[in-house]
Amino acid sequence: MSVLDSVTMALKNIKTSKVRTFLTMLGIIIGVAAVIVIVGLGNGLQNYVTDSFASLGTNTLNVSVQSRGATRTLKVDDVYAIVEDNSEYLALCSPTASVSGALKIGTETITGSTVSGVSEDYFEIRGYEIAEGRGLVYNDIATCAKVCVVGEYLNRAYFDGEAVGQYLRLGYLRLKIIGVMAQESDDAPESGGTDDCVYLPYSTASRSSGRITGYVITARDEKTVTQSKNALEDALFDYFDSEDYYTVISMSEILSVMTSMIDIMVGVLAGIAAISLVVGGIGIMNIMLVSVTERTREIGIRKSLGAKERYILEQFIIEAATTSAIGGVLGIGFGYVLSAAATKVIELAMDEALIVTPTASAIVLAFGISCGIGVLFGFLPARKAARLNPIDALRYE
Amino acid sequence: MCALIEFRNVCKYYYMGDNTVVAADHVSFTIERGEFVAIVGQSGSGKSTCMNIIGCLDVPTEGTYLLNGADVGTLGKNELAEIRNEQIGFIFQQYNLLPKLNLAENVEVPLMYAGVGKAERRARARKALADVGLDDKWRNRPNQLSGGQQQRVSIARALVGDPSLILADEPTGALDSKTGKEVLAILRSLNEAGRTVVLITHDNSIAAQAQRIIRLADGKVIYDGPVDEPPKGGGSQ
Repeated sequence: MSVLDSVTMALKNIKTSKVRTFLTMLGIIIGVAAVIVIVGLGNGLQNYVTDSFASLGTNTLNVSVQSRGATRTLKVDDVYAIVEDNSEYLALCSPTASVSGALKIGTETITGSTVSGVSEDYFEIRGYEIAEGRGLVYNDIATCAKVCVVGEYLNRAYFDGEAVGQYLRLGYLRLKIIGVMAQESDDAPESGGTDDCVYLPYSTASRSSGRITGYVITARDEKTVTQSKNALEDALFDYFDSEDYYTVISMSEILSVMTSMIDIMVGVLAGIAAISLVVGGIGIMNIMLVSVTERTREIGIRKSLGAKERYILEQFIIEAATTSAIGGVLGIGFGYVLSAAATKVIELAMDEALIVTPTASAIVLAFGISCGIGVLFGFLPARKAARLNPIDALRYE
Repeated sequence: MCALIEFRNVCKYYYMGDNTVVAADHVSFTIERGEFVAIVGQSGSGKSTCMNIIGCLDVPTEGTYLLNGADVGTLGKNELAEIRNEQIGFIFQQYNLLPKLNLAENVEVPLMYAGVGKAERRARARKALADVGLDDKWRNRPNQLSGGQQQRVSIARALVGDPSLILADEPTGALDSKTGKEVLAILRSLNEAGRTVVLITHDNSIAAQAQRIIRLADGKVIYDGPVDEPPKGGGSQ
């Protein structure tokens, strides 16, 4: 008797009790679909986070300085010198300065905007583009010019798209708007978003009431971000003689931390979903046990006609495995439908383009596990069937 | 050449709690190839036990059962299954056809376990069905047939593997007398064609169709001889 005969026999049995088989499969279908959707969700989240970080620049290093209490204070020129000295690893540099004082346009006070003092290189570092007017130039920094560049949101909301040449107030500073940034976010610019921002020369900011809080420095090459970070840290350590007064964070490090966090989260959730696979397997075992009892007489007949224990075992295991494999295939289809539905729901509910993408590995794994569960949970009932005494089984009513 | 079936002091005990039930008590007989033997006895006489042992569904507790010269008592489950598959064709009182399979598939079952390929299986099953006059119905399910027809299918199934022994357990028990006679006629013609047939029954009139009778009572052989000997006691219907 070949395995093909067993599969044919299993399919025949499944066909004669469709409703029961479908209900038995349901646990597997739901389990497989859940695993696929959850892993797909994690995958989509991963892509979403990676994309978001890529727009911030994964080759940037953020330096924050807490020089209070240190014997030396880090001056802007010192940082530029460090970048110069390590030009093998470090490329562009911009201080970032906080600005105190309310932002006012006309008589209206605006809250929620990002206001920052930066250097002329900042836009290149971030990959921002100027849509109208001009960006900051070295001369603005050197002369502490009272100028600024605003984001598309402020341009549209407060200047009707004609911000260049107008003025805004920042505390007691009156700044001339010299440029408008190109729209950054994919959706309409909104308050508090990337397009709600004001950038002025850091020198202007620090001369009034602001303070330089950190530096954004780019690595020469995205592939050597770690070496770049080490070089920068070494230089800062030399400068302060202590690790306590500065921190250097690389965006790619944050990304990898986020990625591994998402991985863990998805792993845990997929594990929980996999529990339903196990429950589904127990459902199959339960039905197979009932089926063995129902078919005791059939087993007796088959044995009297010369079926060895192995054949009976094979027949029932293959039946269980076929049931759960079909459940697995249906579950994969169901998982795809659910993934598409979840993508739509996320888009409608949260206005974010997070595409739930089922991964091939999750599909293969879920299908493999469902077949494995069929074999595993089919084994006990199958062994019960195989071990039946043919005389008793033949007499069974 | 050795006898087909040889029982040498076969005993079978069943243990029920503290009681030991003696189902077969030193049963000895020999059945040669080509014989048509009826094993007769009332319920409890031990004929079912003998049938189970002859059919290799069970093994003796004591004594020796030789089938084709091979000692069955020493064989394992798998070897017993092989003997059932290759050497014995069963005909049951309740036909014991598989309800979900059509007639051809039912007849194919022993061949499937013997490892015969699909095409050959189907051809041989159709041939066996034709031999019992049911070839035109091979696509039907057993429950679409009358009792007599179902029993003919089970005869086809018993014959399809070309066994050395046909073992019929009350083959007419579920049939009316007319179809019962037809089934017995088939068995007789099989015997005339050279097959060994062992018929198990409680009914003397049916046992009278055989050439030889082995009568059992209380697990012992009380008569072993030709049919024309007047029956001593036993059931009469």
